[in-house]
Amino acid sequence: MVRIKEKVIEGLLMTAGMITILTTLGIIWILFSESYGFFKEVHIVDFLSDTQWTPLFAQKHYGILPLLSGTLLVTFIAIMVALPLGIIIAIYLSEYAPANFRNKVKPSLEILAAVPTVVYGFFALTVVTPFLQNFIPGLSTFNALSAGMVMGIMIIPMISSLSEDALTAVPKSLREASYGMGATRFQTAIKVTVPAASSGILVSVILAIGRAIGETMIVTIAAGQQPVFTFDIRQSVETITAYIVQVSLGDVQHGSLEYQTIYAAGITLFLFTFLLNNISYFIKKKYQEKYE
Amino acid sequence: MPTIQTIDINAWYGTKQALKNISLEIEEHSITAFIGPSGCGKSTFIRIFNRMNDYIEGFKMEGQVLIDRQDINAKEVRVEELRQRVGIVFQKPNPFPKSIFENVAYGLRIQGINDKKVLSEVVEKSLMRAALWDEVKDDLNHPALSLSGGQQQRLCIARTLAVEPKIILMDEPASALDPISTSKIEDLATELKENYTIIIVTHNMQQAARISDKTAFFYMGEMIEYDKTTDLFTNPRHERTENYITGRFG
Repeated sequence: MVRIKEKVIEGLLMTAGMITILTTLGIIWILFSESYGFFKEVHIVDFLSDTQWTPLFAQKHYGILPLLSGTLLVTFIAIMVALPLGIIIAIYLSEYAPANFRNKVKPSLEILAAVPTVVYGFFALTVVTPFLQNFIPGLSTFNALSAGMVMGIMIIPMISSLSEDALTAVPKSLREASYGMGATRFQTAIKVTVPAASSGILVSVILAIGRAIGETMIVTIAAGQQPVFTFDIRQSVETITAYIVQVSLGDVQHGSLEYQTIYAAGITLFLFTFLLNNISYFIKKKYQEKYE
Repeated sequence: MPTIQTIDINAWYGTKQALKNISLEIEEHSITAFIGPSGCGKSTFIRIFNRMNDYIEGFKMEGQVLIDRQDINAKEVRVEELRQRVGIVFQKPNPFPKSIFENVAYGLRIQGINDKKVLSEVVEKSLMRAALWDEVKDDLNHPALSLSGGQQQRLCIARTLAVEPKIILMDEPASALDPISTSKIEDLATELKENYTIIIVTHNMQQAARISDKTAFFYMGEMIEYDKTTDLFTNPRHERTENYITGRFG
């Protein structure tokens, strides 16, 4: 009787685990099979090299580059904001802040990540953009800059929290060795602690990039929906995610080539985040082996 | 004239008193050993001489520490400068995850000295004084962590010597090492005595007896006895000291 109960429990647990794996496989299957239909019509070279993306217009072009440039541009701005701030915060918390202060600040930083992204998007559109328009002439109502900056703020806790963990994991004995030779706290942080934690910090940045590339709401609201191949941060751009939203919500006929474009865009996005996740996984693994 | 003098040192971790009214004087170019059972305060005490306890949360200290007649806790003393004069070697070898060369050069680099020639000279001289040069001279660019434990500890000593301290604190420098490495560290300490003042914390009473000129016995945060090493070991004045050195407790 007990044995049967054990078997049933084991079976239930395994089913729960299988659901996540099957879902993932299902998503990958749909992405590939649907985009297969797309790539039968559109040559992959055109897809990768055409600088226009106009599947919804009469004159159709299927070049992913405008969406890719939009995505990378916003991501780049976000990282430019989040990387320095995130690392400075991490260094402050791990090297300077007293323990009880750190224990209070760290959870409150995480709140930044808990704000619904639609709120961020709205904030970017109605607060940040009008504010920036005072200083930057020619800044469109929808633009890459505001969306990227606000997204940067959103991902600060990803970088600061994971980097702080990596810095805190550096043995105290290394810090003491550095202090003992007359190094200041700042020198110790820059020359000993940060290099020793560099792989962990790198992982945090890569995960943050992955998060930024996949982020949807902020860019849909604040960056606009004009797929232009540009690196002008003042302009309206469309990211891959924003495009998928646009088509999903629109009245494009299911099963048509126009409709399949979202799978082609989706698989591009998937490949990017998949790659980034794997890189961070390998760095993490290598780093752990080295440390022990 | 003593190099080091402490006057009525009291110290606390939070509310727990770790050191009680400790006053002693240490001569130049000597080796002074601090012995005593675990938790007796000897490590806390040695770390007072270069203020390594400053960053420990909840640590509080009263009393005066004079080095060359200067109060090292005075406001105008820069703790970084103090630590260049008073180097420290820790219990567990703690080389940086950098090359052998960069480990020894670290102290100079943080002082802004980056001249390759100067660094090379100092690195060679320091490794020679730490009796490690012959073993690593062809591998200076190898990672320091590839060395054995005993070599790592001598590397840490070389690293400390590179900034030309006058005083070297050694907090159980050989307790994590095998007997051969231990005897190398002891020989090294004895040699370094000619140019440096050395304070060593040790669990190992034979070690204290072998290398030190004076020995202080600590118990429960108090300094029970402080005397010439030969006197303290052959003719202890306190019963506690006698019990400890004869192995009856501790």
